[in-house]
This record gives sequence, C-alpha cells and structure tokens, in this order.
Amino acid sequence: MAAPKKAAATSPHDKTDGGSPPEFTREQELKALRDMLLIRRFEEKAGQLYGMGAIGGFCHLYIGQEAVVVGMQMALKEGDQVITGYRDHGHMLATGMDANGVMAELTGRRGGYSKGKGGSMHMFSKEKHFYGGHGIVGAQVSLGTGLAFANNYRSNGNVSVTYFGDGAANQGQVYESFNMAELWKLPVIYVIENNRYAMGTSVSRASAQQDFSKRGVSFNIPGKQVDGMDVRAVKAAGEEAAAWCRAGKGPYILEMQTYRYRGHSMSDPAKYRTREEVEKVRHDQDPIEQVRNRLLAAKVSEADLKAIDAEVRDIVNASADFAQHDPEPDAAELWTDVYR
Amino acid sequence: MPIQVLMPALSPTMEKGNLAKWLKKEGEAIKSGDVIAEIETDKATMEVEATDEGTLGKILIPEGTADVAVNTPIATILADGESAADLAKAPAPAAKAAESAPPAAAKAEAPAPKAAPAPQAVAEPDPEVPAGTEMVTQTIREALRDAMAEEMRRDPDVFVMGEEVAEYQGAYKVTQGLLQEFGARRVIDTPITEHGFAGVGVGAAMTGLKPVVEFMTFNFAMQAIDQIINSAAKTLYMSGGQMGCSIVFRGPNGAAARVAAQHSQDYSAWYSNVPGLKVVAPFSAADYKGLLKAAIRDPNPVIFLENEVLYGHTGEVPKLDDFVIPIGKARIVRTGSHVTIISWSNGMTYALKAADELAKDGIEAEVIDLRTLRPMDTETIVNSVKKTGRAVTVEEGWAQSGVGAEIAARIMENAFDYLDAPVARVAGKDVPMPYAANLEKLALPSAAEVVEAAKAVCYR
Repeated sequence: MAAPKKAAATSPHDKTDGGSPPEFTREQELKALRDMLLIRRFEEKAGQLYGMGAIGGFCHLYIGQEAVVVGMQMALKEGDQVITGYRDHGHMLATGMDANGVMAELTGRRGGYSKGKGGSMHMFSKEKHFYGGHGIVGAQVSLGTGLAFANNYRSNGNVSVTYFGDGAANQGQVYESFNMAELWKLPVIYVIENNRYAMGTSVSRASAQQDFSKRGVSFNIPGKQVDGMDVRAVKAAGEEAAAWCRAGKGPYILEMQTYRYRGHSMSDPAKYRTREEVEKVRHDQDPIEQVRNRLLAAKVSEADLKAIDAEVRDIVNASADFAQHDPEPDAAELWTDVYR
Repeated sequence: MPIQVLMPALSPTMEKGNLAKWLKKEGEAIKSGDVIAEIETDKATMEVEATDEGTLGKILIPEGTADVAVNTPIATILADGESAADLAKAPAPAAKAAESAPPAAAKAEAPAPKAAPAPQAVAEPDPEVPAGTEMVTQTIREALRDAMAEEMRRDPDVFVMGEEVAEYQGAYKVTQGLLQEFGARRVIDTPITEHGFAGVGVGAAMTGLKPVVEFMTFNFAMQAIDQIINSAAKTLYMSGGQMGCSIVFRGPNGAAARVAAQHSQDYSAWYSNVPGLKVVAPFSAADYKGLLKAAIRDPNPVIFLENEVLYGHTGEVPKLDDFVIPIGKARIVRTGSHVTIISWSNGMTYALKAADELAKDGIEAEVIDLRTLRPMDTETIVNSVKKTGRAVTVEEGWAQSGVGAEIAARIMENAFDYLDAPVARVAGKDVPMPYAANLEKLALPSAAEVVEAAKAVCYR
C-alpha cells in the first residue's frame, strides 16, 4: 500500500537534528553575539534598576533565552511581525527597538515607548512591526494569529512570529487559534519558548504532553523541537518555518528548548529548582558563551570582542541614564490615548 | 372533529410569516410527519409537518399569502370517517392551539412585543435627516445588513467574521447576501471559538484592518471578553497612542424570548463600564443603520448591542447615499414637560408605550432614546430633567450597578437642585432569566411598571 500522501506533504514532528546546525559566517556570529549581549546587559541593568526602586510593578527578565529571539530575528524579513507575552524586553531589542525607549518605559517616563503608560509588559512599535508586549497569558497567540490573518487578507507575504511560553501553551485559546490558523492556512510561526518553568511550575507538573512540537498534531500543524540555546539552530529552524509559511502552507510550530536563569519575576522565591540546575545550564549551554567560544576558536581577537562588550555597555548605560533622568509623563497624559 | 393546522412559529420571536407553498392538495390523504406546506420569513424557511392523520379537508390560507400571523388556522384535516360536511365543526383556533401545535401554543403566551413597528411611535423628527428626505421601510435586520454592505463597498479593509455569517447567511440572517456580494475572503465563517476569533479580529485590527465581529449573541461573548477588554479596549492607552484597534463587536444582546438564563443577559452595564470602548445600543431601524455605519468607521473598538426581538421590526430609514449617525448623541423621541423617561434598545418599547398611557392621564412624558451608552450624552438627559424635574430610567438589565444607576448618579451630580423627586429605576428583576413564559414576563420590565414609576415620581 502506498504511503499516505498527506504524511509526505507535512513536515514530520522532528526532534532536534542530531548534527550541528549550519555554520554562521563571521559577520553573522558577530551580529548574534552583539545582539544577544545587548539583551543580556540590558536585562542585567533592568534588574539593578528594579532593585534600586527605579522600576516598579512586574519585571520579567529574559536572561538565558537570548538565542531564541536573536536567531529568529535573523530568519525574518522586513515586514514580518513579532508579538509576545510579558517577558518581552528581549524581543523588543531584537526587533531593533531603541534601548532608551524600552528602559524609559520600564521606569515609567515620558520618553518610554508607551509614554510611561504601558510599563514592562506593554510596549509596541509599529515601525519595527512589534505588536506587544501582552500581559494576559496566551492572549498574544490569538492576536498573533490575527496578524497572520491580516497578512493573508492583504496577500503581503509577511509572516507573524507569535511567541509564547510553555505555560501559555496550555491555554485554551491557543488551540482555538491553532485550529483557525491551519484551517485558513495563515502565515504564522508559533514559537513556544519552553524555558521549563511556568512561573514555578515545571513542565512535567503542568503539561500532559511535554513535547510542545506535537501540540499542533490534532490540527495537522507541523512542529519541530529546536535547541534554543544555539542561535544557529534557531535561525535555521526559523528559516524553515518562515519558508513553510510563505509558501502558503499555513502555520508552523517551533518548540525552542531554552532556559531562564533568573526568576519568573523579580520576586521569585527560587524554591522550585536547585541552584546547581541553573549553574549547570549557564556553564554548559550559555547561548552567548557558545558564540564567543566559536569566535575565539576562529581567531577573532579578544580585543575585537571587548569592543563589542564596550559598545553594548555604552548603549545600556546610556539607556539607564536616560530612563532615570527623563521626566515622568505630564499629568495631562492621564487622559490621553483612551480614544482616538 | 376536524383538526385545525395552525401557522407555526419558526422562532420564539416570530410574529408572522408567508405561506410559500402547499405541498398537499385538498382531499389528499395525510400521514403524521408528511410535509404539507412551506412557510418562510425574511430570516428562514420551514416545512410544516402534519401531526395528525387524515385527509386535507380545506386549505384556509392560499399559497403565496404574505404576513400570516402565527397561530392563524391555515388548513383543516379530516379524520377517518369525517367529510367536508364536518368542516363547520372545527373548533375555535385558540382552544385547539395548545394540543395540535406545541411551539405555536407556547408562542401564544410568550411576552412577544406587539407587531407595531417600533419607530412609528417616534414623535420627533430625526435631526440628522434633512427635511423632505425620501424614506424606505425596512426591517432592522435589513438596515444592519445594508449598513455593513455599504461600508464594505466603501472600504476594502472592512470585513465580517463570526459564526454562521457566510454560508448560513447569519444565525439571525443579519448578514444575508454579504457572502454573495463580497466573497469568502471578506465574509468569514469561524469555528465556534469566540475567545479565539475575537482575538484574531483584534490582532487583524491592530494592523489597520477594520473587522466587524459578529457574536451569535453577546451571551457567548463572555468567552471572549478578555480579548475585548484587555486587548481591544486597552491597547491604545497601553501603547501611548501608538497602536489602536478599529473593530466592531456586534450581535444580539439581552433577552430574546423563552431562551432562559444563559441566553438572555443584558451586557449594557458591563461594557459601558470600560474606558476605551464605545457602546451603542439603538432602537429604531434608522438608528441601527446610521450608528452601525458610524461604528464601523470609528477608529476605536465599538460594542454594538442589538436586540433579537427587534430584528424583524420595521421602520423608516432615510434613503440617503451615506446616512451616518454620530456616536454619543441621545435623541428626544417624544417631548413632554412632566417627567423624563430615559431608555435605549428594547427598553424603548416599554418607555414609549408607557408614554402613551401616561398621556391618557394627562402626564406628558419626555422620552429620551440614549442610543449610545458610552460616551453617554449627559447633556441631553440633564437638560430634559432640568425641564421636567423628574426622571425614570428603563432597562432590561439588572438594576445593581446598572446603566440606570449611572444615569441616576449623573442626574444627581448635574441637576440635583432641579429634581422634584428621586430618580426612579425600572429594570430587569434581580434574578437569572426564567424560562416559563409567565415568569419571564415578570422578570422583564413592563410598560405598566414604567407608568407606575412615572406616576410615583409625579406624586400621582
């Protein structure tokens, strides 16, 4: 009996490929290093400012997961949209949003992306096609599907990259969205950032199906598990998924296996995992160290790498300075932007 | 004794229909379950099945007859052994109704609104319509359809999505014909996933498209309310004005007839509580059309609350190329000097009936159709109350934290010194909607309650 045609037409639910991902050029390695470092240093600074009381409310740091957004961004084209949940600073920086504007939003100042009215979880940039920054777990999945719906409506060839975590992956509206996305063949890449913990609940304690790449099986959405700590693997998977979407084949799921070094938010009790577990990932898999080591092995000089460090530190320090000295929003801003 | 076949109701809100076709002839044998006729309304068609056996004795309503009232005898069936001579013995229709046609019988006791077209009660000419404008008579259902079709012709970014909006032609036939004119790209049937498709609509709107999202009823929109409020209503503010959401959420709201608690809730107060949303709840056919067009053009998220009971009601709609009524303006539909009655949507049915009753007792009520709940036209309310010194609010929703409570507070804040009596509220009773016809009637406001409240504030 002939193999069913359908199985051949859809990509299998691959495990991470055994072999190494395609090598980066030196320029790509340097760019990845620089962009990941910017996120790392920015988030470290945000953590400090939070500790100083300059940032209020919730603040969810992206440290450890940098390869996911940086690799994905390297796979996208101008016009592709990005949308995510509340752990969003890395996504904003990766799309090219200005560090000053992001940091000033964290401190609630008028120069912030949302004039100080959105905060850590709610920033947007039409110019960079960044659609937020959403504080309700899972809501961005339907919204991101809507971005893809609009791309389809306009036949503009753009892809919506919709990020969510292993926790959000259990929300009902995720599956409502999967169904519509496949039904209507919408160009959306669902990037599930599996950092192993939804707040303090490990994947094994919350998820019946722990292979998130299979979460689209009942909708015929292909999925793939990706080493989310290796920026090259992320980029390669992102390109594959984007090509699938742009070919009109519908949505694609990428499970990025990653890890968050810091707590869920700033008030994390850190009782749900061991210090050793965190240290082991940092030591063995750190996405930035992986690139740095490859560059050193390729005879890039320490001085060149230090220059990147210095450039990034300057950007981050300047953003912190700006964010602390920029005035608070004018009191009249309380009443603006409710309607237009 | 010959059995009468009565005009059945296709839905609890149907009042009349057309007898499209007879499939059996006089003298033909009929078995239980045989399809004997087809009836239709502007919304749907249905086959009439015989529930009794015998011979079709006489066709009382010929095929092609329009506007046959529900429960009208349309034919008689002769039992075995009976002849045409027995036809005279057919019972009075009311007496037989309960046995032979259960749905129709239920209808007979249902608190259906009178067939009188709603807007005819409107005494004051609409200020938005130029004098001498030609008017066309339309059902509210048609007015809504035309509003969407006109806006879709005008703006290629406007599309309609929801359950059964396309091939089924709308669960309540409001989107009739849109698929045929605009195609499946712009008239989109969704799966039954309110939360998901509301989010898809909001996401599309964030890119600048202008979705009209139909909820089969606003009762089902509770599944989607997170996307409506957290995503649609708040994004403009949270983005510092950078990213907004031009979207209309529309569908029937509030009580229909005999659909019980989970399908009968009035969400006026819920949505009108939320900054960032506009909330529209019209009553007349013209307002339905003009305000839906305004809602679709509005750059903000608009909750457009319709009423299923009103869908089949007809009214005069101005025949203008582009009839748009601004959101946020109430309308004085009847002037009076003794008491102000404020309502919206189907509440206006009770308000206007009550005003007629009150006039018989020499009380001249000024009736305000709020039309928009947010932003609320406080000025029109307050100016009227300054004139009358008395106010009654009428709503189908619950009184606690209701829109009537809000109106009362605004009158107190802005016209306290003009009040000659405390503001009275007539509202839905503080219970989930019951199914039984008599209880349902008791749960809803009535014209009599409005009359009583108006007399009370007039100390009469």
